[in-house]
Amino acid sequence: MKNIQYLFVGIIFGLALTKGEAISWYRIQEMFRFESFHMFGIFMTAIPTGALGLFLIRNWNLKTMEGTAIDVPVKKYHHGVIIGSLIFGFGWALTGACPGPLYAQIGSGSLVTIITLLSAIAGTWTYGRFQSYLPD
Amino acid sequence: MNILYSPWPWYITGPVIGITVPLLLLIGNKQLGISSTLRQICDACLPGTLPLFNYDWKKDSWNLFFAGGVLIGGLIGGVLLANPEQVAISQNTAAYLDSAGVHDRSGLLPAGLFSWSSLATTKGFLMMIVGGFFVGFGTRYAGGCTSGHGIMGLSALQWPSLVATTCFFLGGIIFSHLVLPFILAL
Repeated sequence: MKNIQYLFVGIIFGLALTKGEAISWYRIQEMFRFESFHMFGIFMTAIPTGALGLFLIRNWNLKTMEGTAIDVPVKKYHHGVIIGSLIFGFGWALTGACPGPLYAQIGSGSLVTIITLLSAIAGTWTYGRFQSYLPD
Repeated sequence: MNILYSPWPWYITGPVIGITVPLLLLIGNKQLGISSTLRQICDACLPGTLPLFNYDWKKDSWNLFFAGGVLIGGLIGGVLLANPEQVAISQNTAAYLDSAGVHDRSGLLPAGLFSWSSLATTKGFLMMIVGGFFVGFGTRYAGGCTSGHGIMGLSALQWPSLVATTCFFLGGIIFSHLVLPFILAL
């Protein structure tokens, strides 16, 4: 039952990504070339909306629907945050997609993106395989 | 044009994306993030000895349902309510893409570059296979993607996520200015 709720929130998220054209390769090129405000406007309104929601949850001490506590684990810094993020940035410029948009692109009818997704899964596996050899 | 088919402006898109952060927390204390599904698929399909994939992926299966929803959202937004017009990118970007040979601009991504037949070309291989590999490798190394670091992490005011998001953009800007023009010219 819970999973249906996550599915539903995913639909909202995917619909917004798609209708907002955040899954469009053209929009990503435009963003990296600083030739339109569109994508920056999305980030600059999405983040404060999320932050406000989180602030209200903490301020009113809200619980989950099951009554359990809500806590956001702290993200730890390691050098991979810089190295990995730069590599992801290269991939974002090439594919025009982050992991979320990969799923949405497939749904929107670009079936060849299944190959891009499989390659992303292979990339994640390769990271897991060589993790211990890479600088942390 | 019917409003249902029109693309959404940024000031609608952004808040709708942002609201998923408190929604997921309220439903079951889940942090928005997508790249972790790639890890879960690795673990589910290749249960092995690698420490990164040696965990109970079923515990985090909510994420796969969420990703399934994103795919359905793409279907609704990109097929049922598809915008019949071209993506209204700026004049400058349109001129650049024309000069780079990307003339067919119907749909959300150029069919000439992202197609089954172009997979076997150097250009298509670099853009889909290598590009996808970078996305999966980089996000796991960084511990998150645009949703997990960029939206969730920044909403929670976590400084490593600010470093990550800055580097996502830095990598993308460097690559699209210095490398992509050569790949498009192939």
